[in-house]
Amino acid sequence: MPEANIMSPADIRRAIVRIAHEIVEHNRGTQDLVFVGMRTRGVPLAQRIAAAITEFEHEQLPVGTLDVGLYRDDLTERGSSVNIQPSDLPDVAGKRVVLCDDVLYTGRTVRAALDALIDFGRPERIQLAVLVDRGHRELPIRADFVGKNIPTSRGDDVQVRLGETDGEEYVRVAAGEEAEALR
Amino acid sequence: MTIRAPQPRPTDAPAPLTTSDADESAWQRRHLLDLDDVSVDELDLVLQTADTMKEVLSREVPRVPALRGTTIMTLFYENSTRTRASFELAGKVLGADVINVSASASSVSKGESLIDTVKTLQAVGADVIVLRHNRSGAPYLAARHARCSIINAGDGLHAHPTQALLDLLTIRSRIGDVRGKRVVIVGDVLHSRVARSNLWSLTALGADVTVCAPRTLVPVGLEHAPEGTLPPVRVEIDLDRAIVGADVVMALRMQHERMQGGFVPGVREYSRLYQINAARLARAKPGALVLHPGPMNEGVEISHEVAHGLQSHVEEQVTNGVAVRMAVLWLITRTLSRGGRLPAGSAL
Amino acid sequence: MTDRLIIRNGRVIDPAAHHDRVADVLVEDGRIVSVAPDLNVEGAREMDARGLVVAPGFVDLHTHLRDPGLEYKEDIASGTRAAARGGFTTVCAMPNTVPAMDSRSIVEYVLREAAARGSVRVLPIGAVSKERAGRELAELGDLAAAGCVAFSDDGAPVHDAMLMRRALEYASTFDLPIIDHCEDESLAHDAVMHEGWVSTRLGLRGAPSAGEEAAVMRDIALAEATGAHVHIAHISTRGAVAAVRAAKARGVRVTAEVTPHHLTLTDEVVAYGALGGEGLVYETNAKVNPPLRSQDDVDACVVGLVDGTIDCIATDHAPHAITEKLCEFDEAAFGISGLETAFGLCMRLVHGGALPLPALIERMTAGAVRALRLDRHVAGIGTLAAGAPAEIVLLDPTADWLVDPERFASKGKNTPLAGVTLRGAVVATISGGRTAHEHEVAVV
Repeated sequence: MPEANIMSPADIRRAIVRIAHEIVEHNRGTQDLVFVGMRTRGVPLAQRIAAAITEFEHEQLPVGTLDVGLYRDDLTERGSSVNIQPSDLPDVAGKRVVLCDDVLYTGRTVRAALDALIDFGRPERIQLAVLVDRGHRELPIRADFVGKNIPTSRGDDVQVRLGETDGEEYVRVAAGEEAEALR
Repeated sequence: MTIRAPQPRPTDAPAPLTTSDADESAWQRRHLLDLDDVSVDELDLVLQTADTMKEVLSREVPRVPALRGTTIMTLFYENSTRTRASFELAGKVLGADVINVSASASSVSKGESLIDTVKTLQAVGADVIVLRHNRSGAPYLAARHARCSIINAGDGLHAHPTQALLDLLTIRSRIGDVRGKRVVIVGDVLHSRVARSNLWSLTALGADVTVCAPRTLVPVGLEHAPEGTLPPVRVEIDLDRAIVGADVVMALRMQHERMQGGFVPGVREYSRLYQINAARLARAKPGALVLHPGPMNEGVEISHEVAHGLQSHVEEQVTNGVAVRMAVLWLITRTLSRGGRLPAGSAL
Repeated sequence: MTDRLIIRNGRVIDPAAHHDRVADVLVEDGRIVSVAPDLNVEGAREMDARGLVVAPGFVDLHTHLRDPGLEYKEDIASGTRAAARGGFTTVCAMPNTVPAMDSRSIVEYVLREAAARGSVRVLPIGAVSKERAGRELAELGDLAAAGCVAFSDDGAPVHDAMLMRRALEYASTFDLPIIDHCEDESLAHDAVMHEGWVSTRLGLRGAPSAGEEAAVMRDIALAEATGAHVHIAHISTRGAVAAVRAAKARGVRVTAEVTPHHLTLTDEVVAYGALGGEGLVYETNAKVNPPLRSQDDVDACVVGLVDGTIDCIATDHAPHAITEKLCEFDEAAFGISGLETAFGLCMRLVHGGALPLPALIERMTAGAVRALRLDRHVAGIGTLAAGAPAEIVLLDPTADWLVDPERFASKGKNTPLAGVTLRGAVVATISGGRTAHEHEVAVV
């Protein structure tokens, strides 16, 4: 039985546009802004946010990809995947980095990303933009820009699908056992 | 270490092989002993991972915490500055603790057996032992008695899997997919564990491999081995015939001992018949890749002219070596932490 | 008081007498009295051999007892216990002890030890050369007088052809054969296994079959030239078997033995172990000299055994300490501890249809006796004839049993067959009238 969409494609588009405006407002312009998408779905998010900003600010902003596979601890929610890809970052030293990811959950993946970013150079500041915040933080980490807050249970599975990575577009929550079945 | 001849870089150089995600369940090994049973999926995964490791090595600060808390010990019964340094660096870049144990300096020289040495190192805390030994099969013995992982850094005449992986990385980054490509391995295959491991990995990926050497240096049974027993390769005694149309030429070092051992009459005759020189290279495909596992004997298996051309790519090869070893360490330690399963039927 | 034993209702196979029927065997005071159905006897211990085969005790022409000098590997007591467990009532002890059996005093020591602590009969083989060094002839006459039944430098070949010729000529004075370990040492230089695709696979140095063939042909030529008797130890190659066949046809005085492992196991056991599997194991317990060879060589040895080119089976029992095998393949000692698995392993040939059971028993008894003419030393040995010493084995040809080296009587646990199930077991061995080994037999 198909789950009801928490976010439709239109919801996602509007959230991204809103986030883009918030970022520019919060940073008082686009100076030194660099977007870093966390592999995998953080990447199209970063690209879309940067593109949205370009539309109303008429500035091209650098976008990079970050793979945190080599920085995870065993408790990272993404599991112990062996697959790692090269990262590809523009220069971050002295920049205002906006880290982008699809879902913020325990915070461990973001912590790994912070470790990685700092290894690449010393940003002036790092901000976090996520499409969905599902709660249950295990570390003192918060997102600066959030598309939607979705309260979940621990056993729930939050499914984000984006056209660039999945061919379709939605945000759904599959509850507990159903999540197991669909996995 | 592999050294490559300079080739004009084509403007549309083959893309690095990270376009598709390799099957991450492909690697299930707790040990890396040889490439004789390696699958195409495993090779893809290793090479893709090595590409990522190359990116790490290109950073200002090439350090990641991936293997923090992991202890790697290199146990070398044969001297080797290059391979040992490569493994040590690979471990350290990944944040592991690396300890080098030299067999001659340790209790081994007092007669401690290989098994006891491995168990001692394990008890001291080794998670991974990188073993180089002068006896074929030593890593298999170690693996049978070890709870930790064993990586073979060269055993006797038998295998040198990480070296072959690094050769493969080099070949694929220069000429792309090796399927159907003509690879000619020239020289003392009989005594070259690097060549033997290369035979397995290249044939697994569908390369057309020819071994070219005097009969005395072709391993017995290689030519007409029963199916599934040895890598399926061609054997050609005449180098001028073998090298025609080759995409890759790998020259093996001709050691002095072989001349004393009666395998070949001497340098003069050997170099006349088997040296990779410019004239012979002209019969290979234009732009053919020349590899040599090093160190080179200029004037013997390779002419000064061709060897000189290879020098400029030493650094890239060193990086490839570290990257491949980082990839292997990463894949093996992930398997350990997942309670990795062992290949079916394996006693290891 | 007469000690009587009667073995009832077994299938009695006595190849020397061409007998194969159900009968009883009566033993008195350590000698066989009669073999006939339904013997009526009073005051005898009874052994129930229903469903079992009753045969002469096996005779092994080639055993390494390691005693004196290498008792950590084996000694005469443990080695002869192992022999009994394997159904052997006579073993010929090879002289590569420390010191070598190159003089009367060492031979007398071995015979004394065997009499005092041995479970079965030991017949000594004296060295060909002093210290087995291959330079000077040992005192063959003295060795013969001390009781040696043959001469050999085994472990090593007699590499010098002139010495081999002199040895053949001189030994014929005493009408005793030279047993040669046929190996061209230069061809086998540094080799640790058979040369073939398996040795290439493993990256190990191999010895080509030609090394054995060349040595066998040399010995045949010398035997032919001198008219003396040469016995080829542990033959293993197709070419060597063919050479012996042709030589016998010409009337040359050559005999040959083959081991159970050369009749059944190939070099692939070195790579993958006896239980098979995919991964390489570098099985040091399969490291032996001559090495395990190709299937083609195994097939040729079986054919040679069947057609009589090869006279008998001999174990080349070579026990070693565990540490000598639990190491890198190149460093491991050569040898298989084979007395206790010989019958079970050879039964593969019977179960596979290559050789009928009576013929197998012949190759392990009368055939061995005939090869070295041991009946000159011990009348009736290897037979169940009246008056022969009571050296008898009870066999169950269809019993399945698991090879567990920890249960070996031999100190040498070095067998590649650990964990293998063999079909064909020794149930009891009687030597000198006493039960030297008994597994499970109902004694009435």
